[in-house]
Amino acid sequence: MNNILTKLPFVSNVRFRDAGTLVGLLLIALVFSILSPSFLTMPNIGNILQQSSINACIALGMTLVIISGGIDLSVGPVAALSATLGAAMMVAGVPVPIAMLGAIAVGVSCGFVNGALIAWGGLQPFIVTLGGLSLYRALALIYTGGTPIFGIPSEFRSIANGAVMGVPTPVIIVAILALIAWVVLTKTPLGEYLMAVGGNPEAARVAGVPVSLTKISAYMISGALASIASLILIGRLGAAEPTLGNLWELDAIAASAIGGASLMGGRGSIVGTLLGCVILGALRNGLTLLNVQAFYQLLATGIIIIVAMLIDRATSGK
Amino acid sequence: MTIDRSGTPLVEMRNMSISFGGINAVDDVSVDLYPGEVVGLLGHNGAGKSTLIKMLSGAYKPSGGQIFVDGNPVQIHSPRDARELNIETIYQTLALADNLDAASNLFLGRELISPLGFVDDAAMEAETRKIMGRLNPNFRKFAAPVSALSGGQRQSVAIARAVYFNARILIMDEPTAALGPHETQMVAELIQQLKAEGIGIFLIDHDVHAVMELCDRASVMKNGKLVGTVDIPDVTDDDLLSMIILGKKPGEDANAD
Repeated sequence: MNNILTKLPFVSNVRFRDAGTLVGLLLIALVFSILSPSFLTMPNIGNILQQSSINACIALGMTLVIISGGIDLSVGPVAALSATLGAAMMVAGVPVPIAMLGAIAVGVSCGFVNGALIAWGGLQPFIVTLGGLSLYRALALIYTGGTPIFGIPSEFRSIANGAVMGVPTPVIIVAILALIAWVVLTKTPLGEYLMAVGGNPEAARVAGVPVSLTKISAYMISGALASIASLILIGRLGAAEPTLGNLWELDAIAASAIGGASLMGGRGSIVGTLLGCVILGALRNGLTLLNVQAFYQLLATGIIIIVAMLIDRATSGK
Repeated sequence: MTIDRSGTPLVEMRNMSISFGGINAVDDVSVDLYPGEVVGLLGHNGAGKSTLIKMLSGAYKPSGGQIFVDGNPVQIHSPRDARELNIETIYQTLALADNLDAASNLFLGRELISPLGFVDDAAMEAETRKIMGRLNPNFRKFAAPVSALSGGQRQSVAIARAVYFNARILIMDEPTAALGPHETQMVAELIQQLKAEGIGIFLIDHDVHAVMELCDRASVMKNGKLVGTVDIPDVTDDDLLSMIILGKKPGEDANAD
């Protein structure tokens, strides 16, 4: 069936897979809308999108890294480090836009260090970013002495708490970032290089693709997106905790995988990842509406991830 | 067809050496190639023929020797450098990214870019259809990832990539090893066509018959050293075999040591 579809000019494998993820989301939405009348209301859909937006922001970068054949386990601590440094700058009176750029620069730098160790140092992505997971968390804890930074200016907080025509700003910001990530992945040479490097690094190298720079770019983008996610979070909370972002990497990897990214590299989609984030968000939201205990929510999340992978395996024909 | 070897060689590799961890993988080897000529590189696995040619394609950096293209000394530090000298390589492992389609593979590393800076998929597919129409008119699977293609179809994508970018010097690493008889014949015809266009081809193989069939000259290597270079019309299969196995040129006494 898949083969027949790929012969049609406008149906590619990726879009076929995305359609599958969409069907999964619709099924979950259908079940919850039957069980809870308030699930499919506009305010609640807004809630789901808003709750998914931070994970989506992280997962966009994660998807690009995974497509390039890597993994980024350090996103949560990178977020914490850039949040605390950014917040400290704001508290110290640095103008908000400059503090935001500073925070993002921190994330990009962490990503560069990860990428350089992987691409130039020849180390494995899992181990490098596992080290980064401890390292960047430690830096955030050492810098803050383990206490949250309060006193974030209200002009910054109003950005994260605002809404445009009823749509929360975080959702709009992440939607714009997702559009950029989609364009990068599908319309630019960098996107082609990410796919090629993840699919067959040796072929990419002999074809003249700058393999190392491509990998490093992916980790830098992931670091930047982790910073932006942390800025959204501290804007909403009003404080920057050095412990924020705990286990963010796992949600982001789960969303990417549900959306069709292969941890072997060379496969993945921005649309699929966004749908994966909304699936995870909708699941948590729906179970909360039904007053299901948190322990069971965790159970459901695990089951959804594994079921999604089994369906993926069964339909990909390999 | 006789090859005119009176002029400047298309490419000359002079006194090439490279060592890995103290082992001389290639030791003072010189080969050359003239326009419209196919030179076979023969030898056992580990004889150094692939290593020699990877210095020409930019994959390895030589520790000694000099490469000349059109008589001019050149430095080749990367596959990109090789490409700028119109040296194209078709690898034994058919270096294609399996998850990408034919057009993406054809233009990998050299994407066609629209004025806005985006990858121009439509133009790349149109160009791919044009070149594949010339090389392999039966090719249809333009939208599928190349993992869905047969060995011959993948080979034709790899050759199309070289031809499209105006290769003058083509390196083929066992181009027919993975192919059936019909597809092998297709590649043989393609090589004749490329010769007629004045392209020079280094053909790496350890199948003596393929070299006798396709090549004008053959350079035989053993243990990293050049045994000798012979004109194919002057030698037999057995001559080449004894060069590969014994490391002696025809006429030399095989029993001397």
